[in-house]
Amino acid sequence: MARVGVFVCFCGANIADYVDVPQVVEEVKRIKEVKYAVEYKYMCSDPGQGMIRDAIVQYKLTSIVVAACSPRMHEKTFRKALSDAGMNPYLLEVANIREHSSWVHQKDKKAATEKAMDLCRMAVAKSIANEQLHEISVPVTKRALVIGGGIAGIQAALDIADARIPVVLVEKSSSIGGKMAQLDETFPTLDCAQCILTPKMVDVASHPYIELIPYAEVLELQGFVGNYKVKIKKKASYVNFKTCTGCGACWQKCPVKVPNEYNMGIDKRKAIYTPFPQAVPNKPVIDAEHCTMLQKGKCGICAKVCLPGAIDYQMQDEIIEREIGAVVVATGYDMWDPTPYEEYGVGRFKDIITSLEFERMVSANGPTNGVPQRPSDGKVPKNVVFIKCVGSRDEAKGIEYCSKICCMYTTKHTILLHHKVHDSHAYVFYMDIRAAGKGYEEFVKKAQVDTGTTYLRGRVSKIYKKGDKLMVRGEDAQIGQVVEVEADLVVLATAVSAPKDNPELARLLGISYDKYGYLSEAHPKLRPVETAKAGIFLAGCTQAPKDIPETVSQASACAAKVCGLFAGDTMKKDPMVSTINNEYCSGCQNCVLVCPYGAIVTEEVPMGHGSKELRTVAKINEGVCQGCGSCVAICRSQAINLAGFTDPQIINEIVSI
Amino acid sequence: METEVKDQLVSIEKPELVAPPNWEPVIMGILCNWCSYAGSDLTGTSRIQYPPNIRIIRVPCSSRVDPWFLIKSLQTTADGVLVSGCHPGDCHYITGNYYARRRFLVTKKLLNFVGFHENRIQFSWVSAAEGPKFAKVVNKVTEEIKKLGPLHLYKKENFEKK
Repeated sequence: MARVGVFVCFCGANIADYVDVPQVVEEVKRIKEVKYAVEYKYMCSDPGQGMIRDAIVQYKLTSIVVAACSPRMHEKTFRKALSDAGMNPYLLEVANIREHSSWVHQKDKKAATEKAMDLCRMAVAKSIANEQLHEISVPVTKRALVIGGGIAGIQAALDIADARIPVVLVEKSSSIGGKMAQLDETFPTLDCAQCILTPKMVDVASHPYIELIPYAEVLELQGFVGNYKVKIKKKASYVNFKTCTGCGACWQKCPVKVPNEYNMGIDKRKAIYTPFPQAVPNKPVIDAEHCTMLQKGKCGICAKVCLPGAIDYQMQDEIIEREIGAVVVATGYDMWDPTPYEEYGVGRFKDIITSLEFERMVSANGPTNGVPQRPSDGKVPKNVVFIKCVGSRDEAKGIEYCSKICCMYTTKHTILLHHKVHDSHAYVFYMDIRAAGKGYEEFVKKAQVDTGTTYLRGRVSKIYKKGDKLMVRGEDAQIGQVVEVEADLVVLATAVSAPKDNPELARLLGISYDKYGYLSEAHPKLRPVETAKAGIFLAGCTQAPKDIPETVSQASACAAKVCGLFAGDTMKKDPMVSTINNEYCSGCQNCVLVCPYGAIVTEEVPMGHGSKELRTVAKINEGVCQGCGSCVAICRSQAINLAGFTDPQIINEIVSI
Repeated sequence: METEVKDQLVSIEKPELVAPPNWEPVIMGILCNWCSYAGSDLTGTSRIQYPPNIRIIRVPCSSRVDPWFLIKSLQTTADGVLVSGCHPGDCHYITGNYYARRRFLVTKKLLNFVGFHENRIQFSWVSAAEGPKFAKVVNKVTEEIKKLGPLHLYKKENFEKK
């Protein structure tokens, strides 16, 4: 016979003002399994928890119901009180009479009280069917996978490796560095991006705990938190990195020229190339699509000039497998393609460039040696118009969100322009200036004064050509007039967009993404770097647009989460997982189909009754199971039950009122 | 669909009977833990008022909801059932709410066949951020169940009397 104790909370006045708590207690006492019921001002307080502990011992209670706030709030608190009294913590049920009754029926005390009674009856009925559950221990593989070698991935990898945890860093291109390596200077301090980034890149390459796998992609992830198995495809680079010295003879002699992605296609690279001089690892790869040797079987110059003989035209893609315990996803972002802005003449006028192209032009290691040039005639531009929010905050043509960094990098661009071309003048068309961040507003104010930039608040409606100049027509909303600016060069602050491969990556990792393609965090405020899948974390712009300081802090937060996960040899896991009763299982394997985690496999068991014949039944991997209950509802034999939410528990709740 | 109910040989619905004057329906709300339950908590935290007819059961995911629960509710205690989960694509368990959606459509047909009015069970998507929406959903569901009137046949008290 169950002996239930019920503890009803006043929550100060929060519950007591709208629900007649003593009456609820009286009503609950009439249930025959309830052996003890009491009210108290604050059940979550120490004396309140003490009442629970004392009553468990005194009345030999077998399950506990606390009628108070939402179980999402204090379930853990009360579970702890139970275990402190030597009772299994999962024998607790919480009746949510605050969020679901007193706060939402404030005008009708009678109805709220009746509802609170019903909620208590349901919780009592459920608790009678509660079983003792025990946390599950799962072994942990202490090795982390970091996907993406931009600043986010680099920081996460370094922080994890510094805690002496091995890291596998997978990068899509042949060098780490990401978008930050393409930047000239960074706001708001105007630090040279290369100067602060390259030492970190070198640290990654030389760190004893980091295994860097460049020119590779993640193919498959199996397993569960602490016990993942990852398959990585190492693309054929046609260069043996072990023997290559990075001398550069090959790319100097290569006859094939291809638009250089690192410089946004402004200049050319060779078919065998390193993306940029400071690349890590500083080894070239052959672009198979453009190499004449690989395409037509003619040329072979690089192999002839390579003294160590590192060129291998026969190289194949290689599949690498690693066992890991946690994943940090840091795949960064893409620049939004401004082609939909036809009225700006994107694609028709050569002298309209994107902000990243401008960034490359003003970079000291860029294609124009740090001096901006008009793509049409190579002249140095004097009047430059910057247009902000190209794609951002534009529901019609672009994306609804604010890309967050454009205001700041455009300010930076006006400064860089002023530094490189002293007699230039910049015009900025803007919607708002969003400069929230340490030192950001001061940076914008200072830039406005120092560079004398003309800020025009309004949208640009049209750009047309007049002679060799571009005429930018827009609205100056502050004077309420249409203005026209004559420009040598127009720079579009294009939006930040999610990497186009993100949906596919999300699917193979088993995590979710939003409508824009950004990967979703577990909770927007309180779990910003975790995903809904345990052991997978997010750093940087792959989650949402953000600047470098935020990216770095998020990467370090991921590292802290990974280190926390790996702190013990085993992990504790919630026991709310599915269990299979072999006696009932007919082996139909419907559960295998619906399980989103691949947690259900099949096994062969003896038929029983002395027969040696085998039959197939389903088997649940407790470590993988996340406790959604899909399999329970699909099982036609009722062989599966979900601990904590079993059929008897829920049916008890349904029939109790 | 209403005509289908009328065409049924045996209908459980008794539209010709008038509900007692103070009758209030009981609605069983089965909510997923991660979106709709959190959303209903937010309704409470925001002090948004809604009719007190709903009794909420927490399940981990809408895919945990066995059609049995819906039928059992209508047989014993409830005049209507609301099942609510995460928005499609936002399921905490990746694909659970898709299973729930399909299963729910079939269950509706089954209930219709058995003789219940199909509006006795309702489905909605409420995210953890949609406190006001949850109140709206409860308002709508309560109104619709009120229109349908009490379930006369399969009530616990009816069994007990016999």
